[in-house]
Amino acid sequence: MSEKTAAATVLFRIKRQDTPAAAPYWDEFRVPSRPFMNVVAALMEIQKNPVNTAGRRVAPVVWDCNCLEEVCGACAMIVNGRARQACSALVRDLAEPIVLEALSKFPVVRDLMVDRAVMFENLKKVKAWTAVDTTSDTAEAGPRVPPRVQALNYQLARCMTCGCCMEACPQVNRRSGFIGPAVLAQVKLFNSHPLGQPLAPERLEAIMGPGGIAECGKAQNCQKACPKQLPLTQVLADLGRQTSVRALTGWLRR
Amino acid sequence: MTRGPRLAVIGGGLAGSMAAVEAAQAGLTVDLFALGPAKRSHSAAAQGGINAALNTHDLGDSTGEHFDDTIYGGDFLANQTPVKNMCDAAPGIIHLFDRMGVPFNRTPEGVIDLRLLGGTKFPRVAFSGATTGQQLLYAADEQVRRHEAAGRVHRYEGWEFLSAAFDETGDGRFLGIVAQDLKTMEIRAFPCAAAVFGTGGPGLIFGQTTNSASNNGYASYALWRQGVKYGNPEFIQVHPTAIPGADKNRLISESVRGEGGRVWTWKDGQKWYFLEEWYPAYGNLVPRDIATRAIFKVCVDMGLGVDGEQCVYLDMTHMDPAEVARRLEGILDIYQLFTGQDPRRVPMRIFPAVHYSMGGLWVDYEQMTNIPGIFAAGELDYQYHGANRLGGNGMLSAIYGGMVAGRAAVRYLEGLSKVTAGGGGGAGGGGADQAGRAGSPTPVDGEGAGALAAAVRREQERDAAIARMDGTENAYLLRDELGALMNGNVTVVRYNDRLRTTLEKLGELKERYRHIGVTDSSGWSNQAVGYVRRLWGMLELSQAITLGALQRDESRGAHYKPEFPERDDANWLKTTIATYTPDGPKLSYEPVDLRFIRPRVRKYDVDKGASRNV
Ligand SMILES: Cc1cc2nc3c(=O)[nH]c(=O)nc-3n(C[C@H](O)[C@H](O)[C@H](O)COP(=O)(O)OP(=O)(O)OC[C@H]3O[C@@H](n4cnc5c(N)ncnc54)[C@H](O)[C@@H]3O)c2cc1C
Repeated sequence: MSEKTAAATVLFRIKRQDTPAAAPYWDEFRVPSRPFMNVVAALMEIQKNPVNTAGRRVAPVVWDCNCLEEVCGACAMIVNGRARQACSALVRDLAEPIVLEALSKFPVVRDLMVDRAVMFENLKKVKAWTAVDTTSDTAEAGPRVPPRVQALNYQLARCMTCGCCMEACPQVNRRSGFIGPAVLAQVKLFNSHPLGQPLAPERLEAIMGPGGIAECGKAQNCQKACPKQLPLTQVLADLGRQTSVRALTGWLRR
Repeated sequence: MTRGPRLAVIGGGLAGSMAAVEAAQAGLTVDLFALGPAKRSHSAAAQGGINAALNTHDLGDSTGEHFDDTIYGGDFLANQTPVKNMCDAAPGIIHLFDRMGVPFNRTPEGVIDLRLLGGTKFPRVAFSGATTGQQLLYAADEQVRRHEAAGRVHRYEGWEFLSAAFDETGDGRFLGIVAQDLKTMEIRAFPCAAAVFGTGGPGLIFGQTTNSASNNGYASYALWRQGVKYGNPEFIQVHPTAIPGADKNRLISESVRGEGGRVWTWKDGQKWYFLEEWYPAYGNLVPRDIATRAIFKVCVDMGLGVDGEQCVYLDMTHMDPAEVARRLEGILDIYQLFTGQDPRRVPMRIFPAVHYSMGGLWVDYEQMTNIPGIFAAGELDYQYHGANRLGGNGMLSAIYGGMVAGRAAVRYLEGLSKVTAGGGGGAGGGGADQAGRAGSPTPVDGEGAGALAAAVRREQERDAAIARMDGTENAYLLRDELGALMNGNVTVVRYNDRLRTTLEKLGELKERYRHIGVTDSSGWSNQAVGYVRRLWGMLELSQAITLGALQRDESRGAHYKPEFPERDDANWLKTTIATYTPDGPKLSYEPVDLRFIRPRVRKYDVDKGASRNV
């Protein structure tokens, strides 16, 4: 861990874009390598010396990050062709040149930064919350939950809205308007929570129209792409079944 | 419902989100500002859990014990009334978050499980896997989203607060805030008669820390510059167990020790469990300041770091792998990823890192600063942790403080609309001394609009001036130097001569700041200009932190001076108040609220009870 590799550098090839409307272009940077360095640390190095391999001083690369320990979802980008968090992408595990691109399923803001507002809008659409009456202390504990159920819910609750599943899903594109696996997982989560259940019918309705669960093409890429290993395939299958039942029995409720 | 007065909430972490929920629930319209999506706030990074004396396991815990542990752990520097109120409210807060959907870990019977963290004898920490902060934050953010869908919250995510605006020609009242769209770079005023700030701690001042990239402290700095008092700046928590890294020092949560992890190093060919030897009563679960100093002593003074390096072992290889997987997995994965070693099989190598700021903006017991209408809660306030924070109390204070602030802001605004003239509406106890500014419910009449426009212009000029900087210094490298300076001299062990030198060096860094060359000239999503702006705030806040440390000739909690190794209640049982002046911070002191618990000697080699009886 302490061996000195001072002279070694790593080559980065970064797809850049100055504004949402501008054409993308490529820049290359050589970054001094450090043991256990991640992609974020390399981008930070570029800020300190924003000179590309052509020797030209350029604007430092713009990207998004916050927690740097793969729990906030901010720094998702395409690293060597795969959507993942830049903070947990270790340089030593990556082939050179390390190629960085912005997620392609979202509008680019600048360089590696994208606008994922659509995911948050969709969370609103499916009412991803429990409808608590009040924040006041009701002097009551919530319902009891067996540890096994907690473990399942916790898995779904770890979704960081990073967008990797959207990137991997062939059905997410402008034409389909597919809401995507991440938001659907939240439907499943809140529909299984006792205080989320009152809104369960509305959540199912919200994913039954265009862009809803029916757009899922069962490619199963999402589960492989999820950095938190959410059981997305299972979630999508379950919701598919529930919405079918609802569609079939819909007239009973009218 | 959505008419009423508007409240600005700045910060979408636990404190800001809960303030927004409180205000929206009361029928106010809330404008919520954050550097990015609230869901990505730093609070998400909290791992270990949140304290509440739920006493699930019937081991004799109570809110009174929680209160006493917190005051004792904070070395008696925290005002006792708000701490007591927080501890009393804690069980209700856990139940609320349970109802909000947080998947807290459960006992076999299905009730909320608790674990141990440092500084107490009771399992008191509710947790949700190894990402409790993420789960609490998501639940708060979901409630915000619910109110957003109902039209009561408007999100300004990707907007940065720059400064507050006051009626400078009139009575000085607070008129609103000035913020910048980080995409378009547009700077705008948002009129409001009250604002709650939950913008988090200033950790980045210390270079590589356990904090997130957003913890730059600029909002605290901007308010301080505009007249808000800053309490106890010198109290900075250094967490004992982190893994050093190039981009940040990743925390290894205290919960590893809570679940049975042991700290040791080699001595005379034997494993030496120095915490257990030195502090038999609490062992590995001494509070953070104690553990950090012990590791420092072992590595720096005794030269007994593992392989001669600055680190010791945190060992959990003796623990049951199934339990470890269930309760600590996420934490261990982080270690494995960044070191390439499996902590289930090889002891972890850890070293202390800057983690948390106990000091922050001065607030009264209703979370209002000395400027009427400006509230603050969360890591940016100074209220709950005294000289040292206990694990699990950080998120509790952010949630509790945020809720108190939200409610108080509602009352304040109601008060304003009742009393059109006169000020200080909702000011609470705690000997608040107001800055003599009045408040008003209708801030944007003719004069007010002029003042807001002037405030926007000031920020535009500041922005333009930074964009023009074309010197040879690189802001990022300068920040590295600042971090090394502060980390090396103003953290675990403090010497007056080095603190004085640090103040001189800070002056030099401020001089060199003027020679920065801004590396990005774009008018779109320019991250470089904002960085330079924030760096100035870091430099000036560093002066307050360092001066506070220099003046305080005693040792208390996280503040330790070998030249003054004892706590000195006769002279220093008082809160430091830093006031901004253009010539540097001015310090004054105010008494601590001690109305419930009489100060006693703080030591962890014996039970707290033993100390209580002396
Ligand atoms: C690694 C780690 C682990 C931790 N673990 C625990 C734990 O187990 N238990 C515990 O109790 N505590 C823990 N803490 C401490 C605790 O997580 C934090 O103190 C707490 O979450 C802070 O919450 P906050 O709401 O005050 O601020 P933050 O969560 O930091 O949120 C600040 C918000 O303000 C916004 N903001 C900042 N500046 C501006 C600006 N100028 N304009 C607009 N918006 C702005 C940000 O975007 C963000 O939304 C941990 C801390 C760290 C670093």
